[in-house]
Formats: sequence, structure tokens, C-alpha cells
Amino acid sequence: MTLLCLKCNIPLESGRVTVQYLESAFPVELPKCPKCGCVYVPETLASGKMLDVEKALEDK
Amino acid sequence: MERLQSRDRENQCIQEQPPACTATCPVHVNARGMIAAVAKQSFADGFALLARTIPFPRIISRICDQPCQKACKRNEVGDGIEIRALEQACAQYCDKAPKRTLRPPQKTKRVAVVGGSLGGLTVAFDLAQKGYPVVIYEQEDRLGGRIWSYAEQQLPRSWIEKDFSALRELGVEVNFGVSVTDSGIITCDQLLKDYDAVYIGTALQNCTHRKVKIDPDNYSTDQEKLFGGIEDIASPIDNVLQGRIAAISIDRFLQNASISAGRDQLGSQETLLYTNLAGMTQATATPPADEGQGYSKEEAVAEAQRCLQCQCLGCVKKCEFLAHYGGYPKKYIREIYNNDSIVMGIHFANKMINSCALCGLCQTVCPTDLNMGEDILEARRRMVKKGKMPLSAHDFALRDLEFSTGESCVLARHQPGFQKSEYLFFPGCQLSASAPDHVLKTYAFLREKLPGGVGILLNCCGVPAEWAGRQELFDQTLNGMKEKWRSLGSPAVIVACSTCYRIFREHCPEMTVESLWTVLDRIGLPAQADNRQGRTVCVHDPCTARAERGIQDGVRNLLDKLGLQVEETESSGKYTTCCGFGGLMSFANPEVAEKVVRRRIGESPADYVAYCAMCRDNFAARGKRTFHLLDLIWGTDESAAATRPAPDYSDRRENRVRVKQRLLREVWKETNQEEIDPMRIEIPENVRKLMENRMILIDDVRQVISHAEASGEKMLNQETGRQIAHFRPGCVTYWVEYSSQGSGFVVHNAYSHRMLVVEEAGK
Repeated sequence: MTLLCLKCNIPLESGRVTVQYLESAFPVELPKCPKCGCVYVPETLASGKMLDVEKALEDK
Repeated sequence: MERLQSRDRENQCIQEQPPACTATCPVHVNARGMIAAVAKQSFADGFALLARTIPFPRIISRICDQPCQKACKRNEVGDGIEIRALEQACAQYCDKAPKRTLRPPQKTKRVAVVGGSLGGLTVAFDLAQKGYPVVIYEQEDRLGGRIWSYAEQQLPRSWIEKDFSALRELGVEVNFGVSVTDSGIITCDQLLKDYDAVYIGTALQNCTHRKVKIDPDNYSTDQEKLFGGIEDIASPIDNVLQGRIAAISIDRFLQNASISAGRDQLGSQETLLYTNLAGMTQATATPPADEGQGYSKEEAVAEAQRCLQCQCLGCVKKCEFLAHYGGYPKKYIREIYNNDSIVMGIHFANKMINSCALCGLCQTVCPTDLNMGEDILEARRRMVKKGKMPLSAHDFALRDLEFSTGESCVLARHQPGFQKSEYLFFPGCQLSASAPDHVLKTYAFLREKLPGGVGILLNCCGVPAEWAGRQELFDQTLNGMKEKWRSLGSPAVIVACSTCYRIFREHCPEMTVESLWTVLDRIGLPAQADNRQGRTVCVHDPCTARAERGIQDGVRNLLDKLGLQVEETESSGKYTTCCGFGGLMSFANPEVAEKVVRRRIGESPADYVAYCAMCRDNFAARGKRTFHLLDLIWGTDESAAATRPAPDYSDRRENRVRVKQRLLREVWKETNQEEIDPMRIEIPENVRKLMENRMILIDDVRQVISHAEASGEKMLNQETGRQIAHFRPGCVTYWVEYSSQGSGFVVHNAYSHRMLVVEEAGK
């Protein structure tokens, strides 16, 4: 899937991004705009692994 | 909660109390377990259970006087179980000998046992198992004393042999033909000199030159190192008990521990275990075809299958939540305590704690009145206090509460043309959310029927905050409501929702509250209420009206006036179950909530009538034909009313706003109201369903698109041509895939996450 950042009009590229929840932060590789830095979170990630990690952190 | 407090609560649950057979057995044989094994034809397992408690299981299985049988609950529905005969079957058909403790490391302190009766042999067996070297002095040339008086057929000699071989295996030394007297070769005084402890069974009176006083509670004597049984106990199992008690005393004595402390474990006892016998059919004992041989395998299995397998589980059988986690309140209360005590690590019980409906059904059926909901609510409050409540559990419901108490929903007015209100109609946020029409019609009817002015208050009672354990928010919400009530002159409140009713009754003693249903019962129904000529409906009482007999009766009176026959089910009245919404169960654990609803709607094929809008909608959402009581009163198209779909979360919010707007327009004739956001969004039904499951509102989607269109911050999937945008208005990021369509938009997908993605330009 090719994603275009419509604000900057350039394709998103895979890059290192930080995600945070509660008091934890993790580095992940996600498609992001090389110019404005906007990040795409795919549905499979949001409803899958991300959700699992959220729940695990909430129970810590 | 402190450990002791928690233990008190745990102990209020009687599930782990022994069944009557075990409690009554002087040495507490696990008869229920043994019988369960026989029922599964596992004779070896049954025998192993017997051998765990009884030193000589084959002998006892033949001659036990079975006090357990008299105590058996089966006696109340037939004959008590033939427990001894089943034990005998275990011994007979056991195909492999149970593993007994191997010879333990030998201790240095030595024990003499005088007299090889069952009691003395039990002393020897128990102490040898603990590693004490034991020497038996027996005046006859065989062990067992009185047991030899039984006929071979009742007690085969080979079984005696087999049982006593265990003593040899444990290294017990036996001296036959030795009398211990005061004047013989071996005297009592000599034994007391040679051994660290001496047990003298029935011969104690013969061999001491002075009178010895025996403590009947533990068989110690007033002479150091000397322990003794009491003569002539007829019951074989009581003999074993005597030996066991003495063995414990001797062991404690040899370890310098207190002999008398905590000695109430053994001996026949009463149990607190409650077993519900309702619905049990009478069954008489299985007679063995050959009395002398005892049960055949098949007969034993048949007899074992009569066993009630006594246990309580009263609440677990009724509550899907309690059943879901595979335990019972005693276990759960312990888990709640442990969960609360964790400093570092995973709080495993969080989800369980957030899955209870707090509906009180457990207490209603509990023989000891234990309400586990109290422990759950307390745990939630503590989790909130300590910052350990998972955010996602109640966030959505609490935002819904915030919405219901916001400007767009709240309304507090006197009746038009009145400066004061005698009454105040409080429809509650879920009736407004479910059926705006009913709110308006009911309000009009109350205004027409009741004198002195009927004001209206659209607001929330705060219960979601209470259920979520957020006491501050609850107090704040309730106080906000009370302030408005006071500003209207503190009128008598008429509530349509029994949850609001419970909240006001519990927390607002200064408020006069009455249920809409008892009010309607009193003032009469509107003329258009159809008479439905004897149709049968099944009434569902909301869990918050469990204890409100008056409201329950009021509802049934109304149904009667409407010409309907009421069918009651096992979940009627005080035994009602939650609809899945109570305690915010459906938000924290949709899986359990689903089970709860399914069970309730499966109880009767008849149409249901609910008088809580949430119950009605939860049933209807699963395809159960369910009326709200107001559907019947306002005489709308009957079939349509029963199958009216449950509004989704977005519709519920919109309906609340509508109720306020319509009231202002239709009752107060105010027309200058703001229009709702005119952005045109089309959401196909499958996407709408997905959003509902993911708890994403149309308004969330609208915000994402608005933000994307205004800021230009969006992406394009070049393969599908769809735009993708996200927005984080609070602690959730919403993602929407959409396309432009004319002057509006069509939504293809929506999802969300709570994690914050750090977006930094140019990195």
C-alpha cells in the first residue's frame, strides 16, 4: 500500500517512531512522512498488538 | 482491605466447608471424593483417597459403623449413600495399591505402644509415618485385638494381613506375647525410662500402680511421657480417631509443642455447607445382589451415582460472571485481596473485578448473605484511589456520563405556567436515550394528571461513576443533580428508571422519590392504553429493583390493567439477573455480558416486558422481542415496538439531545435552538456496527474528518483512493478512512488506539 501525505504531497516512508502509554515508551517502525512527521497506524496494529500492549500496561 | 477482614469475608462463603459425610466422620474421610471416583469407575483413585486418611483402609471398609451415612444429605431425598459398602468396593476392585509415604528419615526419639488394638496400631502407624521408631508390645500373638472377632466373611483374614503389612513396611517392631504390667518382666516404669514417649491402650488401668488421669481431649496423662487411650470404644472408627489424636499429642510432645492448642480439627462435627435439594428426586439405596460379597462393580457405580456430591455454589449456578472465572466467592475474595496487595507486577484480577454487575443476586441466593459485589466495589474504589484502575475499562461510559450531564442534554424547568413544582419528572438518561417519544408523552400525561405543577429534570443520577469506583465523580454528579432539584423547590421526584430510584433512595434521604410505575398504578393509565386481552408476556425486573417489591407489584398491576397475563420465570422478582449493563459489565467484559443476556432471554419464548430502557435495548439487540412497559402504555404499533432496534451509542446520545430540544420546542415553544452540525456523513451499516463494537461514536468520526479537512492533515491510500485521517481529542486516537461524496463524506472504516504516537516533524 502506498500512502501519500496529502499535506506535504510526498509518500510516507518507514521510520522509527516512539509510542507511549501510561509510563512506558517504545520505539516502533511505522510509515511516516519524512517532512511533517505524521505517522500512519494501520488498523491491524491498532486492534491487535497495540491493544494487547495497552491492556498489559493497564494491568501493571 | 486488611488480611483479617478479607479472611472474614472469605469465610462467609461456605463452598469449601466439608460435606456432611466428611464432617461427621471422626477422622474426616473424603467420602465425597471417594464416591465421585467410584461413579467414574476409578476404584483405585477411590481407594487412594480412603488410604490418605485411614491407616487400615481394607479393615475399616469392612467394619466401619459409618456415622457418615446417617448424616448424608441423601437421607432427605431417599436413603443415605451406602458409603462403607462403596469403600469396600474400592478396596476390592482397586487394581493398584495406593502409593503410601515411603519410609521417612528416622528420628531419634523412640515411642513404645502397648496393646495392638486398632487405636494403638493407629498410633504406631501415624508416628512411624512421621519417622519415629515405634515398638509395639502386644500380649497376644497377633495384632488387631477385637477385630478378630469378626467372621471371615465379614472381614477376610487376608485383608487384615494386607493392611497390617503396612506397619512392617514402615519398620514398626512388634513384640508378641508380652504383657506390660506393674510386676511383670516389662513394667510401665521401665518403658517410660527406655522410651521418649509411651502409649498404653486399653491396658493402661492394669499397669500403673497409681491412678493416672487421662485428658479426654488429647489423651495425654498427668504423668510425663505417658499417653493413654480410654478403654472400650465400640466403634472401630472411633478407635482410629483415638489413636490419631494420641499420635498427634505424642508428636507435639516430642517436638516440645503445645499438646492442647488448636485441637478442634478431629472428631465428628457439624458443617455449614448448604446443599440445595430443590428439584432432587427421591432415590433409594442400591441393594447388592450378593449381600455377603458386597457390591459388584456395576452396583457400586450405580450407588455412587446417587451421591448428591454436596456443594453450595448457589450463587455460581445463578451468575454467569461468577461461573465465568471458574471459582466461587471465597476464591475470588482472596484474589481481590491479592490483587490489591501487588506492588510490582501484573494485576491479574483487574478484569475479573471489573466484570461484576454489582447486581446483588449472589447475596439473594447466598445462605450466609454474602454480597460479593461489596468486595468488588470496594476493590474498584481502591484501584481508582491508587491509580491502578485500567483506563479503558470505564472510560467510554464515563464520557457518556459527562455528555449526559452536559449543556446539550440537561434541562431543569417548572411546568410551563407554574412558578413552582409539586412533582419533578426524572426520566433518566437511558429512557431519553432509548425512546424520546415516551419521555414526552409520559411528561404530558403527568402534567395533565397531577396537580400543583410537574417540573422536569433531564440529568444523570451518577450511577456509572459509582459503578466505576469513582466516588468523587459520583458525589459531584449527584450533587449537581441535587442542586437543580433544590433550585426547583425540592419537589417529589418521579423516576422512570429503577437505578436512579435506588441511587436517590440510598444517597438522598432528604428527597421524596417514587417510581413512575407506582405513580401510574395509582393515578390510572392513559385512555389510549390498549387492552390486550389476555396475551402472555414475561416480565423482566431490572436488577436495581431486586429489593423493591412495591415497584415490582406496581408493574404487574399495570400489566394486569393492560389486559396482559404475566409469566414469571426463575429470574423473576428478587431473583432477577442483570441485563449486562449493570456495574458497567458490558464495557469492561463484553463476553461475560453477552452470556448474561443470552441466559436471561433464553428463559421464556414469550415476549418480554422490561421497565428499564437499558434492559429492553440489550434484549432487543439480541433479537429477543421485548417491550418497554411504556411501549404498551402508549399503545404504539405492537409488533414494531417489540422489535424496535436498540439505538447504538451514537443514537443514544443524539436521542438525549433530541429530548431536550423537543421539550423546549413542543412544551416551552422555544424555537431559536442551534442546529446540529450540518456535516453530511454517510456510514454504511457494517461500518456503523464495527464502530459500535469499538465504541466509536459518529461524533468522533465527524471530529476526525472536520479536523482533517480544516488542517489538510490527512493521507491518501493511492491503491484505494481513500483518505485516511486521525485525531486525538482526548486520550484516544481515532482513525477514519473516508472518501468525499458530493458535499459530504462516506466512511469506510474507523478504529482507535489509546497509545500516543509521538509525531515529530523532520526526524
